[in-house]
Amino acid sequence: MSTPLKQPHIERQIFQQRLWVAVLIVVLAFAVLISRYFYLQVINHSYYTQQADKNRIKSNRIKASRGLIYDRNGVLLADNVTAYRLLVTPEKAGDIEQQITALSTIIPFTEKERDDIRQQLQYNPIFKPLVLKDKLSDQQVAAFVVRQHQFPGFNTQAYLIRQYRYPIILSHVIGYVGKITEQAYLTADKSMYASDDYVGKTGLEKYYENQLHGQPGTLRTVINAQGKVLSKQIKQPPTNGEQLTLTIDLALQQAAYEAFGDNSGSAIAVNPNTGEILAMVSKPGFNSNLFINGISHADYQQLTTSPDNPLFNRSIKGGYEPGSTIKPYMALAGLFYDLIDKDYRYFSRGFFQLPGQERKYHDWKRGGHGQVDIINSLAESVNVFYYDLAHRLGIDRIHDFLQPFGFGQITGIDISGEKKGILPSRGWKRAFRNMVWFPGETVIAGIGQGYFVITPIQMAQALAIFSAKGEVNPLHLVQQEITSSRLPMDIKPADWQMVHDGMIAVVNAPNGTGRSIRSDDYLIAGKSGTSQVYGKSEEDIYKKSEDLPKELRNHALFIAFAPAEQPQISVVVVAEHGSSGSKAAAPIAKEIIDAYLNMKP
Amino acid sequence: MKKRLLLFPDPLLSGLILLLLTGGLVVLYSAGGWVLVERQMVRIALGLCGFLLVTQIRPERFEQFTPYLFTLTVLMLVAVLLVGVTVKGAQRWLDVGISIQPSELGKITLPMMVAWLFRHSPMPPRWSTLLAAFAVIALVAGLIYQQPDLGTALLIALSGLFVVYLAGLSWRLMAGISGFVMLSLPVLWTFLHDYQKNRVLTFLNPEADPLNRGWNIIQSKIAIGSGGFTGKGWTEGSQTQLDFLPEHSTDFILSVLSEEFGFLGVLVLFLLYFCIIMRCLFIAYHAKNTYNRLLCGALSLIFFVYVVINAGMISGLLPVVGVPLPLVSYGGTSILTLLLSFGIITAVHKHKKLIQQ
Repeated sequence: MSTPLKQPHIERQIFQQRLWVAVLIVVLAFAVLISRYFYLQVINHSYYTQQADKNRIKSNRIKASRGLIYDRNGVLLADNVTAYRLLVTPEKAGDIEQQITALSTIIPFTEKERDDIRQQLQYNPIFKPLVLKDKLSDQQVAAFVVRQHQFPGFNTQAYLIRQYRYPIILSHVIGYVGKITEQAYLTADKSMYASDDYVGKTGLEKYYENQLHGQPGTLRTVINAQGKVLSKQIKQPPTNGEQLTLTIDLALQQAAYEAFGDNSGSAIAVNPNTGEILAMVSKPGFNSNLFINGISHADYQQLTTSPDNPLFNRSIKGGYEPGSTIKPYMALAGLFYDLIDKDYRYFSRGFFQLPGQERKYHDWKRGGHGQVDIINSLAESVNVFYYDLAHRLGIDRIHDFLQPFGFGQITGIDISGEKKGILPSRGWKRAFRNMVWFPGETVIAGIGQGYFVITPIQMAQALAIFSAKGEVNPLHLVQQEITSSRLPMDIKPADWQMVHDGMIAVVNAPNGTGRSIRSDDYLIAGKSGTSQVYGKSEEDIYKKSEDLPKELRNHALFIAFAPAEQPQISVVVVAEHGSSGSKAAAPIAKEIIDAYLNMKP
Repeated sequence: MKKRLLLFPDPLLSGLILLLLTGGLVVLYSAGGWVLVERQMVRIALGLCGFLLVTQIRPERFEQFTPYLFTLTVLMLVAVLLVGVTVKGAQRWLDVGISIQPSELGKITLPMMVAWLFRHSPMPPRWSTLLAAFAVIALVAGLIYQQPDLGTALLIALSGLFVVYLAGLSWRLMAGISGFVMLSLPVLWTFLHDYQKNRVLTFLNPEADPLNRGWNIIQSKIAIGSGGFTGKGWTEGSQTQLDFLPEHSTDFILSVLSEEFGFLGVLVLFLLYFCIIMRCLFIAYHAKNTYNRLLCGALSLIFFVYVVINAGMISGLLPVVGVPLPLVSYGGTSILTLLLSFGIITAVHKHKKLIQQ
């Protein structure tokens, strides 16, 4: 068989040559493999370690519970309660559409909710439970739990939700929380906020969001490739939100709210010695609990279309003319600028005329009050006295004197949304109305009318300063250290006493306009006022506001403090469309003062 | 002395293989638990019996029986296509009491047949012999490709081609053939099945599809890389134990070893493989006739190719082609075939020794 060409030695040589080439390739190949593994395992080790950890370790957030809110006496106002939500883990559930339909006898879903769920299901990460419905009722939870075995993958979960104990009377003070909006979440600090977190939307909840929110903790979860949780470990416990103790006295707040009866308006009670707001009412309030999980369309519609405008926080946003409640400040300005003194008398004929002008500025009392001094000008609220005084002061001095009391400025109280209002002046009118100031406008400014737009909170701040005889204590709702100061003007104690006496006379003198609220127990000082709702013709001045339809009636104002010798409480009341300050607003102020001074030990 | 020679004709090679098998079981325990280790041990025992039996056969007998074994293989491959059992979309199994995979048999019988064709041929071989060799290779590869199993077809063809290479095919001709193959690749591409195309595409850019096709290779690289220099420790690999690593007891078992024993473990494994391959090449180098040296050389080289392809594939150097890590991956047929190949190589060595004596 062997052919003559066969040469065993050459063949062996060729074979061995080929084998040596193969050996070289083997060595090279192993060198390449070893370099590859060295590259992956030694050079890129830390990168792949991270990747491996990312695979199996999921960091979950443990929500911090929101800080509780208490009144000044430790009564709980805003609580966190356990609520239940329905979730589904799509990977464990069957046909979710069908299951939700089957569920509808227990937990009904609207078409819109079902659409939302369909959409969310498309983007739901694997094995992540999807929230189907928040805030189930107790009956729903009970009914579901009994039939849970019929709905694999569906389960209920407890979570904490804000609950307001006194939702209506404190709705404008505390405000409410709601789910963070998508837009707000984009700019939020992601280490603090999750996309389903609650944030303060209004009131103190909003202003103190940073303190109340707390710092979330982290939960380390080890999962396998199927997403099954293998172990859990709290890596960092959450720090719960700080609690807030308000200066509000719940009982007083309640009394103040109820004192309004059916009226709308605002009342603010302050301790003038500390700047603490004891009660702050904007009536009507609303059920702030409705907002927490997204208010229903019907409820929202009702709130926004109600003529009473319950969502409007009158205390800080409502702009009113101060009316005659400005008179004590005017009298003080007159004393400060030495235009009047205790012996000064003004003869009231029932109207005032600027020199060389025809127009008559009328008093509320036809025929006038005769000879009046400072005390009586306040007790009887003599308009012409103040027309004349304002004319002599001039608008610039009035502006400069009133400004330190806080009129026309944001008080800086610890809820946001305050309106600035207007404290008129020559400069203001030029800047904002592009018009010159007319002397007649100074005249009516003397009785708090014209361009004035003042919020109740500004009136409350001014009154606190006024009743503390020049001591400025910034108003606040949450207990805190504040720095007191004094008014920049150096007003003589005797002058302070005289205007205080004038306000005491309003309530206690036989001719006082606020005599109806006189108290035997303590001395109340007060001043009524009327805030015009529409400009009246000259003749209408004498028409009784009570005879007009309610929405056209003037707002009734009353400011008061007590005990007058050593004030412990100062109160501002605005009763909307109440017509007469002394009739509609004064009794409310009296009730608040009574409630406060009687309950004090 | 005589008995030792009978049972362990080449204690060095046998020792290396036993070491590798033992190490493989240790890794397999971590990857799949005791159940898999038990089953694997049964297969290894069977394989070792086959190994010992084959070592006792005189190499002349292999040469003698080659045409019959080869004919049997071809018949079985045809039978598979006609009456085979379909698993995962491919007909690879023949059910005759026990399931057998004729393509595994081809891994040995094809190089045998090609070596047989060259046994009396002068070197470099004549054209007629070369054409016969290519025809035989194309026949077996073609039958296996029909199953369809492109990977195995290519690897088996390669084992035949190794024989042709070792037989002294001229470098010029080899260059010509390689060039032709390169040029025909785009044409071949159109004949590939979608899943085969996907494998290549995934290899080229695994990150493009991290959740589906690229998942395996990404997770494997993470397992290897996170193992570091010394590894996470036996049964401590998170990628393996938490199932992020796919097929970790079969094709990706080297990823498990890399994760748990680190770069050091990989070095030891590569050293074992390197020594086994070198020992086999050494035996081929000193084999006494053409048939023996061609067969031993080709079997050693194809074993080397398995190692490189598996180690390259799981580390992202080569496409995922579904080649197990030889002697380590879980799975019976491949271990049996490989141990039989080593039996043949050992028999060649033993026979040479006996002659020398």
